[in-house]
Amino acid sequence: MSLEAGARVRVRTGDPDHHTRVPRYVRGHTGEILAAIGHWTVPDDSARGLERPRAETCYAVRFSAADLWGSGDHTVTVDLWESYLDRP
Amino acid sequence: MTGHDEQSAAVRARRLEERLIAAGLATDEEIDEFLTGLYTTASPVNGAQMAARAWTDPSFHDLLLSDGNAGAAEFGFGSLSYRLRVVANAENAHNVIVCTLCSCYPVSLLGPSPGWYKSFAYRSRTVREPRQVLAEFGLHLPDSVQISVWDSTSEARYMVLPVRPAGTEGLTADELTALVTRNGLIGTALV
Repeated sequence: MSLEAGARVRVRTGDPDHHTRVPRYVRGHTGEILAAIGHWTVPDDSARGLERPRAETCYAVRFSAADLWGSGDHTVTVDLWESYLDRP
Repeated sequence: MTGHDEQSAAVRARRLEERLIAAGLATDEEIDEFLTGLYTTASPVNGAQMAARAWTDPSFHDLLLSDGNAGAAEFGFGSLSYRLRVVANAENAHNVIVCTLCSCYPVSLLGPSPGWYKSFAYRSRTVREPRQVLAEFGLHLPDSVQISVWDSTSEARYMVLPVRPAGTEGLTADELTALVTRNGLIGTALV
């Protein structure tokens, strides 16, 4: 999965037992890809000490406050690894 | 933060250091050398110099925004341990940085992070009601200014490029640098 700027993505809702970098407040929400910002080890894997941690593209994903919170006119941009995201 | 909390943070940090030493991953001397090296060079003056140069040098401005690490390299920070992303304010657009999960921060360019940056209040409220949070810093933005919040959840670190204040055309690079504050580079002040 390679995501272009402008693509709509939905953040996975899972609540893993282990470390993750998906803030709870964006889970299940739909945002827009701003840019691919790097290709790094997935923290969920490295924090568990997995022998072969995945390396993935990480994206800056922009959400609207109105969608996240039901109010507000700002945006919030969160950096999310590819496996945190689905196409809606 | 109370004195008790500060003490327990120091005690916890020391316990972590002792675990690293016991595991053979570092020595006391190596940890001291790293911290000394970091804190003798890490200062918001670094970020301020980069901002001032971006105000006066259009090609550096473009470089800094498109590839923050390449911009930092021109100031001697060629081996940052993170991807630097610089986001630029404009007349009707304001950026503010937060790390909701912990306290990620470009320490080498902004110096040690302020206590409030690590507080639960700043971390939880900035993504939810940034306009109110900024007002509490004394930054009252008109409703026409669009606020973008950047939550540092990855290996990238963010820095804000403030808008160059009006009436500063005649200033030298050093004088421009002196205008830029740490809070301006985080986004909790205008400059």
